[in-house]
Amino acid sequence: MVPLWNRVRAVVLGLLGIAAVVATWDVYKAVGPAEGVLVGETRVLPRTTELAMPHSWEMLQRFSEPVTGLAGAPDAFDAVLDASLFSLGLAARGWLIGVVVGLALALLMSRLRIVESALLPWVILSQTVPLIAIAPLVRRWGSEIQIGGHVWSSEDSVAVIAAYLAFFPVAVGALRGLKSPDRTHLDLMRAYGVGWWRSLLTLRLPSSVPYLLPALRLAAASAVIGAVVAEVSIGLKGGLGRMVIDYAVAASGDPAKPWAPIFGAVVIGLVAAGAIGLLGLVLRPFRLTGVPS
Amino acid sequence: MRTHLKLGVAAAALALVVTGCSSDDDGGSSSEVDVKANEDCATRTEEARDAGDLTEVSLQLQWVSQAQFAGYYAAVAECFYVDEGLDVKIVEGGVDIVPQDVLASGDVDYAISWVPKVLGSIEQGAGITNVAQIFERSATTQISFKDKDITAPADLKDKNVGSWGFGNEWELFAGMQSAEVTVEDINLVQQAFDMNAFLAGDIDAAQAMTYNEYAQVLETVNPDTGELYTPDDLNVINWNDIGTAMLQDAIWATTEKLSDPDYEEQTVAFIKASIKGWAFVRDNPEEAATIVAESGSELGQSHQLWMANEVNKLIWPSTNGVGVIDEAAWAQTVDIALNTQNETGATIITEEPPSTAYTNEYVEQALLELEDEGVDTLGADYEPIDVTLQEGGK
Repeated sequence: MVPLWNRVRAVVLGLLGIAAVVATWDVYKAVGPAEGVLVGETRVLPRTTELAMPHSWEMLQRFSEPVTGLAGAPDAFDAVLDASLFSLGLAARGWLIGVVVGLALALLMSRLRIVESALLPWVILSQTVPLIAIAPLVRRWGSEIQIGGHVWSSEDSVAVIAAYLAFFPVAVGALRGLKSPDRTHLDLMRAYGVGWWRSLLTLRLPSSVPYLLPALRLAAASAVIGAVVAEVSIGLKGGLGRMVIDYAVAASGDPAKPWAPIFGAVVIGLVAAGAIGLLGLVLRPFRLTGVPS
Repeated sequence: MRTHLKLGVAAAALALVVTGCSSDDDGGSSSEVDVKANEDCATRTEEARDAGDLTEVSLQLQWVSQAQFAGYYAAVAECFYVDEGLDVKIVEGGVDIVPQDVLASGDVDYAISWVPKVLGSIEQGAGITNVAQIFERSATTQISFKDKDITAPADLKDKNVGSWGFGNEWELFAGMQSAEVTVEDINLVQQAFDMNAFLAGDIDAAQAMTYNEYAQVLETVNPDTGELYTPDDLNVINWNDIGTAMLQDAIWATTEKLSDPDYEEQTVAFIKASIKGWAFVRDNPEEAATIVAESGSELGQSHQLWMANEVNKLIWPSTNGVGVIDEAAWAQTVDIALNTQNETGATIITEEPPSTAYTNEYVEQALLELEDEGVDTLGADYEPIDVTLQEGGK
């Protein structure tokens, strides 16, 4: 029954962690100075006014109130849930595209040295281009693309931007993993006269798993950020990014409201990371093969 | 084995959720606004569409759905565009969407943008033309609490002055320049989307649009009184009064395409129906605010109505008929664009804009046609309504 106890303990500790954050928030709000803590001119701890820090229960309570005064307006909870699912869907699409592209690049680069020399600098360079410069370009170029009967939509633009962030850790991580098997193992494969494909499947891919899993998790987080930021950037309706802008208007008069989409983003980030955790469990049998250290 | 089964179920459930979300959308672009038309108009639009009587026209907004653009929403919802044979798709803006760039690259047929912002783009080669100056007055103000005693640009000296930057700062700088206050004399503070920095006292004089940020302050509880702030708590520097106002929302068209008679005709029709839409907003601000809200704006109801009412004040009463570009106002905007330096010493433009930058040709024709139809395009006896703002704009 030890595993069960372990699991219970993990849940309890997790809940305690959340409770600690909430308690810190409210205790600081209660005892902290209204003007915050300043070192010289720089404010190192925030103001504790209602505007700057709503009570945790107010933010929670805000979820059960309607979004606007309009008749038939949904509760903030429903609105945030919808937006979260929308953004999560786009992030998942971006993640999938990113993983496929990243793996393909890694395979190419591990297969041919010259491709690695040619591509890797570009892969790294791609991440130095700011997202806000890419987003309008993707939307504009995308609008000129038509694949079969599918008309390019803004959702596609957001998914592509999310993929743009997500492919990088996968490409770099997978490349590292594919090159990780011991020299002796590779030599053994060669001695058996096994072809590239076979040694890829039996040796390189399994031994890349320990490198791949953190890369996939990083890609999931990047995809979520990419999706939300891209929504803000191109103003796509329906997701959390747009909700952040829309609710910012209420920051002064209804200070708890702008926090709602932020909690939504936290939750989908956790869900995305959790999903990769599940994937990790499936791939567990490979986790220890071929890791030299 | 059992763990694998559980994992499989969990993975399948997750996959369902994810694919479920992505199959939600019907393929169309979500940047296009789905304007809720009244029942009669919705049927008429469907019928005209099926009969192939409509020309598809797209309009790029400067920002997301809100009553700032109520006239165009009303023109869709009330079928004014359909009456002119146009099937107008409204495309929302975003933080990084520059309407004049979208228009210049040919992705849309018309765009809404501020004149000073576009003048810079034109100098850099964007071939677009102002075909109707919808907003006659500027909505940009600098607001401050009464106790700061800032009633004129000269009072901004040595104060923390907020500005959004990105082309929203020119009226402020021109106003300061007219009072011989330089950028070094003030402490320029980058302003966010919300008014919290102003309410917290970090900003003495904050930039505020009459139709948005000003209302945000009035929707906030004053901790001293426990009631909402009132206009009596605030001093407002209005750039229209100072004489450094610049022209704001205008309809822009592609210069090159204006040599095509079909596009010219379409432009007249588009302007005509848009002005009709704005006349509708003038006469029915409540209904207009509802149309915008039902088209997916997330603004609160009282805030939306406030915005519709304030935007009306920028248009009505109209001096020369809505949309006509007043030469003096244009000259003032160009003059400020040429001669006002921002904090980096740059001006918006370095030489006079080309003569293609604006034309009254199409709007005048549209106004003539509207006159024939008996539409009041001057609104000489326009009276704004009284809007009571609720806490948080709800």
